[in-house]
Amino acid sequence: MADVVVEHGRVAGTTAARKGRGLHNALRRKSTMAFFLTLPLILLIALLVLYPALFSVHLATLNKSMQKYVGFGNFTFLFKRETFWMVVKQSCIFAITAVFFKALIGFIVAHFVHNIPAKGQRKWRGMLLVPWVIPPAMSTLAWLWLFDPSYSAFNYTLSLFGIGPVNWLGDAAWARFSVILVNVWYGAPFFLIMYLAALKSVPDQLYEAAAIDGANWWQKIWYVTLPMMRNIIAITTLFSLIVTFANFDIVRILTSGGPLDQTQIFATYAFRVGIESNDIPLGASVSLFMVPILAVAAIFILRDVSKRGNES
Amino acid sequence: MADVALRKVVKRYDDVEAVRGIDLDIADHEFIVLVGPSGCGKSTTLRMIAGLEDISDGDIMIGGDVVNDVPPKDRDIAMVFQNYALYPHMTVAENMSFGLRLKHYPKAEIKARVTEAARLLDITDLIDRKPKQLSGGQRQRVAMGRAIVRNPKVFLFDEPLSNLDAKLRVQMRIEIKKVHQKVRTTTVYVTHDQVEAMTLADRVVVMNKGRIEQIGTPNELYHKPATRFVAGFIGSPAMNFIPCRLEDVGGTLQLRLSDRIAFPLPPARAARYSALPRTDKLLLGLRPEHLTESHAHLAPGVETFDTVLDVTEPMGMETLVYFGLDGTPVCGRVDPNAGAKDGAPMRLAMDLNNMHLLNEETGVVL
Amino acid sequence: MSTMAIDKAGPRRKVKYGSMSRDRAWALRWSYFFLVLFAIFFLTPPLYMVITSLKSSAEISAATNPWWVFHPTLSNYVELLTSNQFLRFFWNSSIVSLVVVIVTMLISVPAAFALARMKFWGSATLATGVFLTYLVPDSLLFIPLFKMLALVQDLTGITLLNRWYVLLFIYPTLTVPFCTWIMIGYFASIPKELDEAAIIDGASWLQTLTRIFIPVALPGLIAATIFAFTVSWAQFLYPLVFTTSIDQLVLPVGITTTLIKGDVFNWGQIMTGALLGAAPPLIIYAFLMDYYIAGLTAGATKG
Repeated sequence: MADVVVEHGRVAGTTAARKGRGLHNALRRKSTMAFFLTLPLILLIALLVLYPALFSVHLATLNKSMQKYVGFGNFTFLFKRETFWMVVKQSCIFAITAVFFKALIGFIVAHFVHNIPAKGQRKWRGMLLVPWVIPPAMSTLAWLWLFDPSYSAFNYTLSLFGIGPVNWLGDAAWARFSVILVNVWYGAPFFLIMYLAALKSVPDQLYEAAAIDGANWWQKIWYVTLPMMRNIIAITTLFSLIVTFANFDIVRILTSGGPLDQTQIFATYAFRVGIESNDIPLGASVSLFMVPILAVAAIFILRDVSKRGNES
Repeated sequence: MADVALRKVVKRYDDVEAVRGIDLDIADHEFIVLVGPSGCGKSTTLRMIAGLEDISDGDIMIGGDVVNDVPPKDRDIAMVFQNYALYPHMTVAENMSFGLRLKHYPKAEIKARVTEAARLLDITDLIDRKPKQLSGGQRQRVAMGRAIVRNPKVFLFDEPLSNLDAKLRVQMRIEIKKVHQKVRTTTVYVTHDQVEAMTLADRVVVMNKGRIEQIGTPNELYHKPATRFVAGFIGSPAMNFIPCRLEDVGGTLQLRLSDRIAFPLPPARAARYSALPRTDKLLLGLRPEHLTESHAHLAPGVETFDTVLDVTEPMGMETLVYFGLDGTPVCGRVDPNAGAKDGAPMRLAMDLNNMHLLNEETGVVL
Repeated sequence: MSTMAIDKAGPRRKVKYGSMSRDRAWALRWSYFFLVLFAIFFLTPPLYMVITSLKSSAEISAATNPWWVFHPTLSNYVELLTSNQFLRFFWNSSIVSLVVVIVTMLISVPAAFALARMKFWGSATLATGVFLTYLVPDSLLFIPLFKMLALVQDLTGITLLNRWYVLLFIYPTLTVPFCTWIMIGYFASIPKELDEAAIIDGASWLQTLTRIFIPVALPGLIAATIFAFTVSWAQFLYPLVFTTSIDQLVLPVGITTTLIKGDVFNWGQIMTGALLGAAPPLIIYAFLMDYYIAGLTAGATKG
């Protein structure tokens, strides 16, 4: 900004310098205007996103009382904890499995919706998107109740078929399954909507051309649908990977990380350590471990998004 | 209303010169058309007059005032865009009055002006519709109405008819001419269509590669093109360019087109070209209408030759014939009853009184 | 999926004529069959919420069929809607969400306009930055933000922790980046000639924004508003960390922390609370589904 002001002063002083003044004036007006229009956004990002992100790196180098600099002390401490490695493993399993099934179910259901007559599609789409609309904290409570060990609606139904009571949230394996199931239930509709939009954007002529070339149902999907949707599939998957990896609500409400930390993931573990156990530096260290994975996903998304931009 | 003047106007994008120093004087009430192929700088020139682009060098004057630094809204101009650029959320009346409302004109005057413009353009019934409910031609009228109500010094049109189908384009062309005859506002009109340029303009400015090739009335451009580019750009089908050279045979100046074909030049032409070096590579420029079927009684300066037609295109009132002259494709226009057939031999007449002679290297019409 | 392939491929070889329509009919039947299955999967939890909310505590603890209401009652609703505590949560959520929506729009719409239309130094970088910010999850920032708020509180003496209004500053970090991003997309899709026409008509940049861009991009604006509202309404982690006193809680945290008292789960009331908490976004969704979906897909298809 400073040199723009100087420029203004110089030009105003030399009235003879006619050429290019319009350009400078316009630039000054336009860039000043743009600066004020974007200032709140810049401040928000700088103060409440960028600064806390850097601050958390600083926090991670302090001891529990935040009096002493310990360097990588928190990280080496975490590396020695078995629980931490469990969290890493569980987070990865949780995110990858959930995203895979979300993508798969979304893809399949999108095809079914796309198959039926157009006038019914709106209704079905509206119905199938409901899980995504309900705040996850609220819907997870419904799942918690469905999984309830003593009055569980699921166990009641299973008992009708003579299948013994399942300890949905108490048994480690079942608890992991349940947590993933709820996440898939919540996230699949998002994929469905994205894929449906992508399916609709594939021109019918391509399918007709493929049909004339003798492609069967499966070949049409493989050679026409998937390549046309590749970009959207990639972006949606990466998006979801970030959100799922950083998920907090579902695990927190369903199991709080239990039994014995066996469903603990990064976000819930950071909360347990940083807020509940009041060790802020350690909690900050835990959440910082999400950064590399998030960054890789973000870079790929950015690449795909800019590619889309170039295409259009 | 006002005259417009451009003085050595240059537009540079980074290191590409889109407009390379053009000079142009547009008189008050004049209808000027800038025409040229895409990328010739005609739209950039128009946008610089509008103030939508800064000029890199030179001056633009409207009504005698230098407007280089004046923002578009203070230049007192109105512009009609190729895609109409109607505000989709406003009705026709709101679209037309938006500029006046921004300037806080009295309501009664706005209404009067909109009504008058709507009447002029015959869109009174559409005044409360949204752009979405209008056809292409109607949108075009509204876009013109929006320009007219502001009663500006200059109208600027940026390829306004390109989005219309052929039939409507002809209709709207006439409409634009009528409106100009009524309001008499100085107009600068950009198009790539030479027919549009010829039919609308008081004077046409032919542009190529950021420079002005020629300025003139439609007839001047057609009959006295200054360069090969103008000669080839104006007129449809385009002028034929046949390689040729001059030779002296027994005291008369002859035009040799091929080993087989050579014609003596008519006296007026011979006098004009006699000073030219005989070694120069030249081009004979001849419009298709000066290549017709042969008659029994030929006027002086009209020479005949025999050829074999490649393709004929019957157009109804005439038939276009295509043939090769020493490998150069040539087009002629013959009477539909002259018996022209694909692949058939035919005797054609070449009217050398209407010929042009060009220097092949420089492209200058001699 | 494979059964479908066989079914479609099977009759095609045997029957030559009319096989296309027969194929289609079968594909349609299978589609509906699976759609019903998936609809059951997707709608069971919300339906179960409704079922449970209509039951008395006695019926819930009785060993009857949990999928059916034998003695429907509205007592859960009456109890919650007359409880000051629950109404307080609802009020807190409403005020936070509404203010955040307004703040978000005030920040992101002008910024998106500047980024879409006024090329200035660093505008491309800023647009990318906005998008990257959208990818930063709440679970990465809640600890440093918590500590930051504590520090600011110590420095200035202004109470920030355990106050609902602190959420007004924090939530925009989740809503503004996405809203800005999709508004950039919507604004960029407006033809350039439209603002040029406005400039020639004598509109300033601000007038171009308020009188041309905002009305023309209204669908995008609605989509962004819905997004900002649903995100604010559903946010769980930040209020869980930053607020603890009962009168400062928003709905999601209020329901999960106060209705679950120790080991005693009053499921009837929990489900009723959850249902009432889910109602505002669901109602908005029911009425503005197309905008909702447009906003959802805009993130990846625009820009």
